[in-house]
Amino acid sequence: MKLFGRKLPAMSSLLVWAALWEVIGRMDLTFFVPPISAVFVTLFGLIQTTAFQNALGTTAYAFLLGVGFAIVIGIPVGILMGKTRLLDELLLPWVNIFLSAPLTALVPVLMVLFGFGTKTIIITTTLFAIWIIILNARAGVMQINRSMVEMGRSFGASPLDSFFKIYFWAALPEILGGVRIGVIRAVKGVIIGQLLVSIVGFGALFELYSSNFLMKEFWAVLIVLFGLAFSISEFLGYLERKVAFYASAR
Amino acid sequence: MSQINPASLKEARPIADIAVSVRNVSKNYGDVQALKDLSLDFPRGELTSLLGPSGCGKTTLLKIIAGLLPQSSGTIEVDGKTVTSPGPDRAFVFQDFALLPWANVMRNVAFGLELRGVAKSEREAIAEKYIREVGLAGFELKFPHQLSGGMRQRVGLARALSVDAQVLLLDEPFSAVDEQTRRKFQEDMLELVANEKKTFIFVTHSIEEAVYVSDQIAILLPRPSRVSEIIRPTSFRGKGVENIRRDPEYLDIVDEIWASLRSYVE
Amino acid sequence: MINRSLFLKLLSAAIVFSAWEIAGRVPVSYAFPTFLESMSALARIVFDGSIFVAYAETLKPLVLGVSISAFFGIGLGLWIGLSARFEWLFGPIFIVMQAAPLAALIPILVMVYGIGLTSKVFVVCIMAMPVIVLNTASAVRNTPASIKDMAKSFMASDREVLTKIIVPAASPVIFSGLRLGVSAGFIGAILSELKITPTGVGDIISFSRSIADYPTMYAAIFSIILLAVVFLNLLEVLENYLFEGNNRGYVSD
Repeated sequence: MKLFGRKLPAMSSLLVWAALWEVIGRMDLTFFVPPISAVFVTLFGLIQTTAFQNALGTTAYAFLLGVGFAIVIGIPVGILMGKTRLLDELLLPWVNIFLSAPLTALVPVLMVLFGFGTKTIIITTTLFAIWIIILNARAGVMQINRSMVEMGRSFGASPLDSFFKIYFWAALPEILGGVRIGVIRAVKGVIIGQLLVSIVGFGALFELYSSNFLMKEFWAVLIVLFGLAFSISEFLGYLERKVAFYASAR
Repeated sequence: MSQINPASLKEARPIADIAVSVRNVSKNYGDVQALKDLSLDFPRGELTSLLGPSGCGKTTLLKIIAGLLPQSSGTIEVDGKTVTSPGPDRAFVFQDFALLPWANVMRNVAFGLELRGVAKSEREAIAEKYIREVGLAGFELKFPHQLSGGMRQRVGLARALSVDAQVLLLDEPFSAVDEQTRRKFQEDMLELVANEKKTFIFVTHSIEEAVYVSDQIAILLPRPSRVSEIIRPTSFRGKGVENIRRDPEYLDIVDEIWASLRSYVE
Repeated sequence: MINRSLFLKLLSAAIVFSAWEIAGRVPVSYAFPTFLESMSALARIVFDGSIFVAYAETLKPLVLGVSISAFFGIGLGLWIGLSARFEWLFGPIFIVMQAAPLAALIPILVMVYGIGLTSKVFVVCIMAMPVIVLNTASAVRNTPASIKDMAKSFMASDREVLTKIIVPAASPVIFSGLRLGVSAGFIGAILSELKITPTGVGDIISFSRSIADYPTMYAAIFSIILLAVVFLNLLEVLENYLFEGNNRGYVSD
């Protein structure tokens, strides 16, 4: 969109919304919406407290492990599904089911099986992220040009060689896209896990602030969490763009 | 005068002179018989074309020789030994180039050697030599998407030459480039065959191309796939690249081949 | 004659259910009933009607929320896709909503709207709308210029370009957004039942867990997942009915 002939940067309308928030906050229409300036002041104070940093650490630990498992298990499974018809036909219905199923419904099962601790939260996070990672890795492999694979074979590539030198790189743009979406889902997963399983980390902070009507603190934590999720997503987007140069030439 | 040998009359050639021998090869896809009991010899150090209309099985045969497709029956022998899978004695050049889009020219050309475990400095030295030979000196660090179609195919060619296989298999290598580049490639091909002491097996659907570059042309007809003729052009082979396209024997052979093929065009 | 694809689907289901049965017999955990136990619990709550009562409760906010999200979501998405100004203003909001873990807002919503139907519908809406809006907007924006030009060359009005070109061209991505939105809405509905007030199916789950009636708990969860799958398949059927040309087969066919 152009203003006075100059192109406005993306996401700049958020400044407009922030200004609106400030106005509504100052007008004191409802205590649920404090002025955004006050929220930011609280935010700066909050991130220096040990309580906050502990919560961040707890959440980050569960999040990173959950995403890690999803990547380490999901990518190879997706690649294998894309390569082998039989495996694909057996596993794909389940992947699709769990991709669209309300995974929240599974959390009680996980709690009953694995207890009320961090382990369950990690598993919840992994489950939220893994299905889209599998599907995207699979899609990346399935679009590989057959002659590239034949080329590898014609020069004597072993299966391991083919995997690491050809399949992985050829599917990388799709894999990164899947990881990016998976990471966003994982953030939802870790929070839902913390809300349902054991109230720790950021989930605990949310509960604490909302039940005590500390709205400034509540919004501050939400903004921090969103900021982190957005940064990770943008970083992955940056990686995606780095490999985009060859994505269309495949 | 041209010499056209009926396929039934095989010249008695010493075995050492035959680089690749196809014996009674058949290939079935379910009910469809792509190749039926096909036999053909490829003389060493020469370029043999497989020419025919679409659906005659020439690419299928080429891939069987390369070991990329299994035959339903029959054998392929290279240097007297039966082969069933890809090997260091044969190198393939692909119609759509099959380059690694994420790797630069140097890595792409060296890729065949990389897969064989050759050390980096050694394989890059070999690759550099062939990059120069195909005329891509200076482009070592460029990526495929920065190259034209003709240049990409030269990378594919350099890659196949780098592994120093005795038999080079080319699957319609010039069909994906523009006409002018294609003509240049055909001229370069003649020089390549003269300089490298390798056996070339060349699949094409262009009659002019086949007659221009080949020492021997095998004409394949479809349904069922069979070798109908083998043609050995004689007089214009050594005449120099600019003079061939107007040579009377060249024009005669092209016309004769077209006359026999036109009824097979769908 | 059963074709190969159906056979393999049934085979994989059989493998998974047998594994479930075996795991339950081992038992993997005291809280892990066998497949057959769970299925008989399922049969029980089907035949005594309690599951239908429960779903009537659960589906209310779900259907309401999804319908509202679909109607407003597609509308907003179309507007955002068509107008650069609108996109500048509202696009970032939905991108933020998409990435933020909105589940954290649930306690707030409860405080504002109480524990009734309104807050549950709200939860479903905030989970479902962003992806529907963003998908629709993106699809509209990416309509190939050549078919729009073609329509204009045959003198189509702006309204005709929208209804006959842009919407059908965008429909595959819009429907994919609807599917994602519906499944997100499902998550919202279940979440609000587990977290806000125990009603409907969420109540069956929580209650049976608290009395250690694991077969019933698993049965209820199984039924939710089954329902979600059925619902999404119905969406696909609807799409194929409305837009027959969308089913273009696989590139590898």
